[in-house]
Amino acid sequence: MRSVTAPPAWKGRPGPAVRAAKAVALTVVVALVVFPLWTVLATSLASPRNVIENGGWVIWPREFSLDAYADILQGGIITRALLVSTGVTLVGTALSLSCTIGLAYTLSRPRVYGGKPMLLLVLFTFLFPPGMVPLFLVVQGAGLFDQYAALVLPFLINVFNLVVMRGFFQAIPQELLDAARMDGAGELAILRKVVLPLSKAVIAVIGLFYAVAYWNRFFEAIIYFNDQTKWPIGTVLRQYVTGGASLSESAGELAATSPQSVQMAVVMLATLPIVCVYPFLQRYFAKGVLTGALKA
Amino acid sequence: MTRIRGDSGGTGPPVEKARASSSVGGSPAGRLRRVRTDRVLLVIAVPGLAYFLFFHYGALFGNVLAFQDYIPFLGVRGSEWVGLAHFERMFGDPAFWNAVENTLIIAALQLVFFFPAPLALALLLNSLVGDTVRRFVQSVIYLPHFLSWVIVIALFQQMLGGAGVVNGWLSDLGAGGVSIIGNPDAYGPLVIAQLIWKECGWATIIFLAALSQVDEQQYEAAALDGAGWGRRLWHVTLPAIRPVIVLLLVLRLGEFLSIGFEQFFLQRQSVGPETGEVLETFVYFTGFAGGDFGYAAAVGLFKGLIGVVLIYTANKVAHRLGEQGVYKA
Repeated sequence: MRSVTAPPAWKGRPGPAVRAAKAVALTVVVALVVFPLWTVLATSLASPRNVIENGGWVIWPREFSLDAYADILQGGIITRALLVSTGVTLVGTALSLSCTIGLAYTLSRPRVYGGKPMLLLVLFTFLFPPGMVPLFLVVQGAGLFDQYAALVLPFLINVFNLVVMRGFFQAIPQELLDAARMDGAGELAILRKVVLPLSKAVIAVIGLFYAVAYWNRFFEAIIYFNDQTKWPIGTVLRQYVTGGASLSESAGELAATSPQSVQMAVVMLATLPIVCVYPFLQRYFAKGVLTGALKA
Repeated sequence: MTRIRGDSGGTGPPVEKARASSSVGGSPAGRLRRVRTDRVLLVIAVPGLAYFLFFHYGALFGNVLAFQDYIPFLGVRGSEWVGLAHFERMFGDPAFWNAVENTLIIAALQLVFFFPAPLALALLLNSLVGDTVRRFVQSVIYLPHFLSWVIVIALFQQMLGGAGVVNGWLSDLGAGGVSIIGNPDAYGPLVIAQLIWKECGWATIIFLAALSQVDEQQYEAAALDGAGWGRRLWHVTLPAIRPVIVLLLVLRLGEFLSIGFEQFFLQRQSVGPETGEVLETFVYFTGFAGGDFGYAAAVGLFKGLIGVVLIYTANKVAHRLGEQGVYKA
């Protein structure tokens, strides 16, 4: 309230007690998010003896060891799963983005032939998502069993992402598109040279959504894949880490290291790509999704 | 503004124009011309539309399974029709009602404990004066949204499991351990805690957006009238974002039964079906584990239809409230 350069007076700097309470609350919130991830990282990096002495987990490794990572990256089932997930994520995201952009752009044009029925066709699926069993039959009927395509094609387009993208395209000033058209540009050229460069933020965010969804997918591999060597990392993680009695199985295969370190290393490897990509895209959140999500 | 793509001048809707311009051949000629003008747009829409037709509408058609004694070997065409037998069985099946009960309990817990959490967090964040701290906290709390349920559950096991961090601390202190993971009595609070950990931060986004729209002048006026931060919160902030809160609440009610699948699929075994079975896991375990596809499809269809009614009603209500909000503002 006193200083002129300080934030507006009516936002008012609260008294020290309130500020302390806020600081504590925020610290607790941040710690609740960071601490579990930190323990996982620390446990995955600690030496087997360190982990065992401490009862299965560590917060601050006294002896470092990268054996857990070396073990699982040597070419076993986890290495393979990481490769599968990387491939599915890259290909899936590229396909999803292209198809979403194509359909969203067409649906965003006013007066396109059949625009209204197409939009209704798409929006109706929002109301009635396909059931688990019928979808299974469709995937089976398409011959996608044990095919990586079963992890991609049934989730090619997310209606929410489509609607957000369409809203973004609609918000592009019509004059810009008309100007390009006057210069003799066709629809494809307009899309490529005018619309897409203006939509980098929304494409980045929706690309991230798709990529994360592909990377995290695990359930579908359980029902569509008989061949466990084709499992993505999520499914393997489920089997080896959260799958109840599987602890001893994984320990048998990787006896040289402590099973806890190996488990936590797997968790870390499944988390890492997300933590790495996230900061680069985070700045787009406010720009891209917010506006779209509020409208949708 | 005239568009080059348009058939001719004029401002009437395109369909009428097409009809008017082709009085001899009827509309087909006009339609053909419009398809030709829009051909590029229509072509780039094809992959997306094909996806929806095949996977969504194909699956919709696949619901006929719910009326069949489906045998995978015979397929949909060869299997015997049983009418509403699966639905009759469903209404008399205690396991189904158990799943309904668990679903409703968890949905209610989510509504009461998860729904207000992001609002509280958003108010806290919004009250921060410094931008740097605020941005840092936001980056941290958005992150869990992007982790998969497998990872979230692995983290919770690591922290709260029998040999986990918290029980380690408790035994260091000489206190007895707590049994949380795998304890049916703690299952409800556990799944809510997991949901809050994963989604609360992300869910603040929409509240923060609403809070940023609140008129600064109102704060100024309230402050000049001598209102402290508590009264400004109650008399300015909350009324200003009330439409958003109500809208989100209505939409949440429309998705009341959509409590999620993966989280419950992953933890059902740890507490057993008595506590852990919800409708969607019931569909999975009856259909995929039990091989009873027709019955599972019937339960899935039943849940889907109730979902349609709920979402449709909620959207109608939201629409009405939305209009009201516009008039008030």
